Amino acid sequence: MQSKKKTVAMLLAGGQGSRLGVLTAEKAKPAVSYGGKYRIIDFPLSNCAYSGIDTVGVMTQYRPLALNTYIGTGSAWNLDTLSGGAYVLPPYSVGESGEWYSGTANAIYQNIGFIEQFNPDYLLVLSGDHIYKMNYKWLLSAHQEKGAAATIAVIPVPIEEASRFGIMNTDADLRIIDFEEKPENPKSNLASMGVYAFDWKVLRKYLSADDINPDSDNDFGKNIIPAMFAGKEKLYAYEYGGYWKDVGTIQSLWEANMELLTEDPPINLYDEGWRIFSRNPNDPPHFVDKGARVTNSMICEGCNIYGTVQNSLLSPGVVVEKGAVVRDSVIMDDTRICADAVVDMSIIDEEVTVGKGALVGEPNDPDKSEKEIVVIARGMEIAPGEIVPAGKEVCHDS
Amino acid sequence: MIREAFGIIYPDLEIPNLRELVEERTVGALPIGGKYRTIDFPLSNMVNSDIRSVGVIVSRKYNSLMDHLGSGKAWDLSGKNEGLFILTPYSLRENPGVYRGMVEALRSSLNFVRKARQEYCVIAGAMSIYNFNYSSMMRFHLESEADITALYHEVDTDYSVDEQSLEVFFELSDDARIRSIEVNPTLTTLTAHSLKSYIIRKDILINLVEECYAKGEYKFSENLLRNNLDRLRIMAYEHKGYVGPLKSVQSYFDLNMALLDPKVREELFQEKNRIFTKAKDSVPAKYYNSADVKGSLIANECIIEGSVENSILFRNVHVGRGAKVKNSILLPSVDVREGAELEYVILDKGVNVKRKSRLIGNENYPIVVGKGGTV
Repeated sequence: MQSKKKTVAMLLAGGQGSRLGVLTAEKAKPAVSYGGKYRIIDFPLSNCAYSGIDTVGVMTQYRPLALNTYIGTGSAWNLDTLSGGAYVLPPYSVGESGEWYSGTANAIYQNIGFIEQFNPDYLLVLSGDHIYKMNYKWLLSAHQEKGAAATIAVIPVPIEEASRFGIMNTDADLRIIDFEEKPENPKSNLASMGVYAFDWKVLRKYLSADDINPDSDNDFGKNIIPAMFAGKEKLYAYEYGGYWKDVGTIQSLWEANMELLTEDPPINLYDEGWRIFSRNPNDPPHFVDKGARVTNSMICEGCNIYGTVQNSLLSPGVVVEKGAVVRDSVIMDDTRICADAVVDMSIIDEEVTVGKGALVGEPNDPDKSEKEIVVIARGMEIAPGEIVPAGKEVCHDS
Repeated sequence: MIREAFGIIYPDLEIPNLRELVEERTVGALPIGGKYRTIDFPLSNMVNSDIRSVGVIVSRKYNSLMDHLGSGKAWDLSGKNEGLFILTPYSLRENPGVYRGMVEALRSSLNFVRKARQEYCVIAGAMSIYNFNYSSMMRFHLESEADITALYHEVDTDYSVDEQSLEVFFELSDDARIRSIEVNPTLTTLTAHSLKSYIIRKDILINLVEECYAKGEYKFSENLLRNNLDRLRIMAYEHKGYVGPLKSVQSYFDLNMALLDPKVREELFQEKNRIFTKAKDSVPAKYYNSADVKGSLIANECIIEGSVENSILFRNVHVGRGAKVKNSILLPSVDVREGAELEYVILDKGVNVKRKSRLIGNENYPIVVGKGGTV
């Protein structure tokens, strides 16, 4: 018997992240790199650790291998405590009725058995798609204070962008009086962050009802929240004021990385009290050669730089050979940019080789708001002298 | 390895010529190569040789070493029954805590030796830096039917001996048996320089240590080895790769600078024999537009606004705008303010360099500023 936990967190990490194109061809979106050494999932996991939540179920489904290996026992995030832990929860079969997770709500429903072991009062539902630092304690205490059945973390967005989000309309007390999924004419600018606190007993009731409803998509935003609303449950919003970035598209992933290179980045990674935990590879410090030039960039350990790197982020183990130029790009683990190759405006996944003298992408045009970003999938080899035009996706089938 | 072994590391014999660098720490805890501590090398060498149980003998100033080692997890040495053991002094009534030599240090650790389940013992120090896998040495030890095998490397005939760090040379027969031992010779033709690392069967080790100690002899090379050259088969095995000695401030400086050579780095940080160290959750290094870095090793969390040439920057070093750092070693959390100039200096942890200050040492006499100092 597990000891009782006041709060259990369930992290939805099964999404394909299809808008990230070839970057998620072999791994789930939460395993995608960000900021050189991090993975997107480091952020919710670190938030849990700092919020005193030591029991985290990570629900995986799509291409879970990279993620399973990455999470391991959860020790990198201090989650390998005696009574807690990070538990990777793939779909499993019960007798003859094994099923994939059909939606976010179904993923939780299928893990009711896991959650019940801890007999929690509150269930925190998180998504593994966003970059943000948040103390879930404040969300939970707001939830308790209001005696809410569900509390949804929201963030103010510019009203002209509000139609891209799930929008919550609240009264002065932040009680949700109406909500709309991607409304054409938004009445409010409070967007759902995909972070929910639930009273577990109430949620369990709605999950069971949802499961037997054949018309349901088994989705939190589309089905569970509307059903709770219709059931006159007390739903509250919790307003979060910090940095929150959805890195669900190539464009937004590139932007989120580039924001770290600005003079005053919107997210502080140096905060001693809220250091983002991640797996730390065992690499020597990075080396910058006599003939190299590195400006306005973030470079990880294990890199060897003999060429030029500008406005870029290099993950561990990247090699930039002599005469090569990397500009306005994100280069992931162990990729090699061979001599005299030029890389502009690209996101290059792990273990790629860009051959000698290849030309990848086109120089950044600061006047263009829609960037044409080259994306190269994991393990690809760009032939020497090859030209990869701006905006192209390079993967095994292309 | 073809036989199971446990390890013993004795990282803290005194090396007085390291001066300020070992004022508050033992040699094993000395930061090296931008992110490591010297003990990472013998520890990783053992782990890479499938040694799963390692005792680390400490005697004085071992606080920062303990902080670094923690549970041993970073080296995969936190097993249930095996793993990392810190062998502190004062564990025996007659042990005063300051050892008169390695034999005495080993004797006070005999409880650990007796309890070890493995048949063989690998002993290593932290007074020089090298990447070595003991598997080949174990094979040699068994094939040559040795009682003790000592690891050595070849040095040039003009090698300068530093008496304070107890340098040991072997005279070898054609089949690599040790014929004689010279300690701190002022003039010698010998070139087989001891790395003070050994393979020895557990029961032989216990007997020799007890016997030597009973006679009031405490030195491993001078007493234990030398007294038994005829009676036992004491063999020598050569390590052919790079060796960086840690004898003095100068050799500490030279050793770090040698790491700027890609060939030396390749030998020390091999893919298949990795050097492990305690990981920190540190942010990648950040270069500003004004940064100008040439020929340097830079650890995570450094913030570089100025120029850095031919230098080694440990974690969390800040080089301000217009500052110039050349031929220098800056340990973790050194802050170099705007316009400061440094050349041939070793700045220990947390040193503050004020705006526009200058500190210029000499290639053959680098200046050391101790922990937390201000320039």
